[in-house]
Amino acid sequence: MGYEMLKGLTKKLFATSPGIIGVGAFIGVFAPLLQKWGNPGNMGVCVACFERDIAGAIGLHRAAVVQYMRPEIIGFVLGALIAAYVFREFRPRTGSAPIARFVLGAFAMIGALVFLGCPWRAMLRLTGGDGNAIFGFLGLIAGIWIGTRFLKGGYDLGRVQRTYTSVGWLLPLTMIGFLVLMLLFPQVSGQNQSGVLFYSTQGPGSMHAPVIVSLIVGLAIGFLAQRSRFCTMGAFRDLILFRQIHLFSGVVALLVAAFITNLIVGQFHPGFAKQPVAHTMTLWNFGGMLLAGLAFCLAGGCPGRQLFMAGEGDGDAAVFVLGMIVGAGFSHNFGLASSPKGVGPHGIAAVIIGLLVCLFIGFTMRKRIA
Amino acid sequence: MVDARGLSCPQPVMMTMNEMKKLGKGEVVILVDTDTSRENVSRAAKSQGWQVKSVDSEGTGYRITIAKD
Repeated sequence: MGYEMLKGLTKKLFATSPGIIGVGAFIGVFAPLLQKWGNPGNMGVCVACFERDIAGAIGLHRAAVVQYMRPEIIGFVLGALIAAYVFREFRPRTGSAPIARFVLGAFAMIGALVFLGCPWRAMLRLTGGDGNAIFGFLGLIAGIWIGTRFLKGGYDLGRVQRTYTSVGWLLPLTMIGFLVLMLLFPQVSGQNQSGVLFYSTQGPGSMHAPVIVSLIVGLAIGFLAQRSRFCTMGAFRDLILFRQIHLFSGVVALLVAAFITNLIVGQFHPGFAKQPVAHTMTLWNFGGMLLAGLAFCLAGGCPGRQLFMAGEGDGDAAVFVLGMIVGAGFSHNFGLASSPKGVGPHGIAAVIIGLLVCLFIGFTMRKRIA
Repeated sequence: MVDARGLSCPQPVMMTMNEMKKLGKGEVVILVDTDTSRENVSRAAKSQGWQVKSVDSEGTGYRITIAKD
């Protein structure tokens, strides 16, 4: 009885403003701290970057500087899974146009890697003083705004169906598999391969907090974010569509907490040039995130939220995640991803194609047609 | 009656908002099947000055009744 009451209270708390603000602040404090403890600059817990590193770790691309099995991502999914089970919210479901979600995930990643970061990293870059992130942020909001126009016009990928519990477990099991691989084949100092896993010996992929620290912070964020439904895309979408500030207050909390944390630990370095893992091509910082923001909006969640939903049994969110990981493979294999020198040789073409694909999805997948 | 089962946000909220706008006042029943949708729909109703009369478990989801005089 006491347990049930506690659960009821906790349930209510997380759905309130203090709940979402607390979770935003938690991420805002721990993301910069993870950098302090070893993660790459202004990257904290960047979902796009870290899924890209995972794609590298399992050899989907061979960009030697971005290969590492990031425990944070594993933690996000498993933390959300644990929260979903504790609060009886695990709902295995799938069947809302999975292939469209895969394509959206792939192009979301391609766009994010032209900017160099997911919405979380856009905020971490901003609060670390990286002025280039302003344009990424504006692109993100513009992309979400376009997405809301489609939503208003009847865009809808259709209803999900309940499915076997084991379907909902497939992505969490994949993450457990990744964790087992990491324990079986741990990083060997100075070597770029350990068993079947690739490990960067230099560049951002070589920079990481201790495995156990990354995993624990990841689990905590996954648990809390599942409870509060924290979503950076939803924050702007709900603000634009409904003038609702609930999710947005979480984003503001993240920004404020990250800014203060960066100031305290000496990670605030304002400027445009020579920012960590960033380039200064304004138009494509904007364009990359325009594509990513539109794809997130059409898929119903930012990359973090997709991981949390996958953890609570959403098979379509899991497909989006796999789309992002495969998209990272495409990005680095075909010169689409940017580097500190600027956009990749085919990055601009990929953004334009991605926008056309998103428009195709947005215009053709509407209720009145289905 | 709004059947938003199987739909994820923002669809359930958009459907509820449209129904509230259409009716202006009265009673609306919304069916959802996730806790996220239950929270979002309740929050949206309150933001529009509607009262959440009841939230009952139904099948694997919830039946939410909102009303405005």
